[in-house]
Amino acid sequence: MGATLTAGDLRKGLKLEIDGEPYLIVDFEFSKPGKGQALYRCRLRNMITGTQFDRTYRSGDKFLAADLDEQEMEFLYKEGNRYHFMNTSTYEQVELAEESVGEAKNFLTENLHVDMLFFKGSPIGISLPNFVELKVIKSDPGVKGDTASGATKPVTLETGYEIQVPLFIEEGDVLKLDTRTGTYVERVKTSA
Amino acid sequence: MSRRDVLSAKRWRLEMRSRILHGMRLFFVDRGFMEVQTPVRTPAPAPERHIDAVRSEGWYLQTSPELYMKRLLAAGYEKIFQICPVFRKGERGRRHHPEFTLLEWYRLGSDYEALKADCLELLQAVCAHVGRYPRFPFGPHWLTVLPPWEHWTVRDIFLDRAGWDPLKNYDPDRFTEDLVEKIEPTLGFPAPAFLSDYPPEEAALAKLRPHQAVKVAERFELYWAGIELANGFSELTDRKEQEERFRECLARRQEEGRDVYPWPLRFLESLDDLESAAGIALGVDRLVMLLTDASSLDDVTAFEPEHEP
Repeated sequence: MGATLTAGDLRKGLKLEIDGEPYLIVDFEFSKPGKGQALYRCRLRNMITGTQFDRTYRSGDKFLAADLDEQEMEFLYKEGNRYHFMNTSTYEQVELAEESVGEAKNFLTENLHVDMLFFKGSPIGISLPNFVELKVIKSDPGVKGDTASGATKPVTLETGYEIQVPLFIEEGDVLKLDTRTGTYVERVKTSA
Repeated sequence: MSRRDVLSAKRWRLEMRSRILHGMRLFFVDRGFMEVQTPVRTPAPAPERHIDAVRSEGWYLQTSPELYMKRLLAAGYEKIFQICPVFRKGERGRRHHPEFTLLEWYRLGSDYEALKADCLELLQAVCAHVGRYPRFPFGPHWLTVLPPWEHWTVRDIFLDRAGWDPLKNYDPDRFTEDLVEKIEPTLGFPAPAFLSDYPPEEAALAKLRPHQAVKVAERFELYWAGIELANGFSELTDRKEQEERFRECLARRQEEGRDVYPWPLRFLESLDDLESAAGIALGVDRLVMLLTDASSLDDVTAFEPEHEP
């Protein structure tokens, strides 16, 4: 069970349990008109579904801190829409449904180490390293745009993810990607 | 940025703060007000339902100097002002610090209309003193200190922007929420605006207007660019009524598990010598924010409330 909190503890970044689900405070504003009562205005994001809503709390309101835990996992393989991971310290295997993996599936390759988030002991999602390296498996050689700086073309990566890259990238190249923005950073290995 | 750079980057705003304080003092001294100092530590802060005092060795740090200022008024000091630090527990946001600076001024034998006239002259004088007259930028807006300033009553603005009359069916939760969400953000563009005549439940230490069918408190707030800048009122000088309000307030504080302050007996006794008076508190840090186009109090105070040892 998470600790009990009061309205005075609310702040951006805090994680709460509301109606049995974990929420992150993504925006927070303290308001208090002159002689009136304090209002704690929060924008909350459900950490499982991603849905957001605004709620105003008052002093005297009580909260439950979300019981969250993070553990390092290694991605093993995908089977159907289940993703299988292994705890790097206990070697215990854990699986996660595709919808909980979310956008991270575009960057998951075998043996990649990620942080898995648990809510009350159940896995709810993963967070990736900021940068990963992925191989280009398909690039249309026919694309010959103008060579002015900034020109890009689409390529497909080993995870099936399609991304815009500079024109000089070829099939077999290994690229460095920023997982926070989902964008190309640089080429780390050429196919030749 | 290093800690040294953070402080250097605030230089212009801190210089403006210094000039604003100087401008305020010139304004009041020119008009025959006397600057006073009263204890920052007090055995009995003013009972307010929603303001919590910080404890200090069994006493309290002041949440406002108003009880001491009124004791001076009662002793015949006609026009007094003070610029001092005040402390309020648990208040922290972009526009709230648990320690901030108030400018308070009081007039013997006056009502809140005299204070509104003071506000208009004071802000014009201060803006001129710091080179922000008559217009200056604030975020995406151009603000001006030039009249006309809007005058709203609480009833009219609630009917206009929230669709109900708080003088008829007062609801404390709805009142605060609509005030914060629907009304405050619209007040004081481009010139400051007065919001006057509060429901009796929101009177604090203000006098109720006599001989009226619908009771209103002679209290006003001054807003500029959606920011609450000052709160003033015709002072309640009826000792009996003040005692009742304090008793009711302390009882509520006890119910809510808040600190119950000692009975401010000396202040209450002094009301016997006070005929009529008016007083106001203005948030100095917020005025500095406005005049230096800052978005947070953190930008206009040298050290933030959570600073390291």
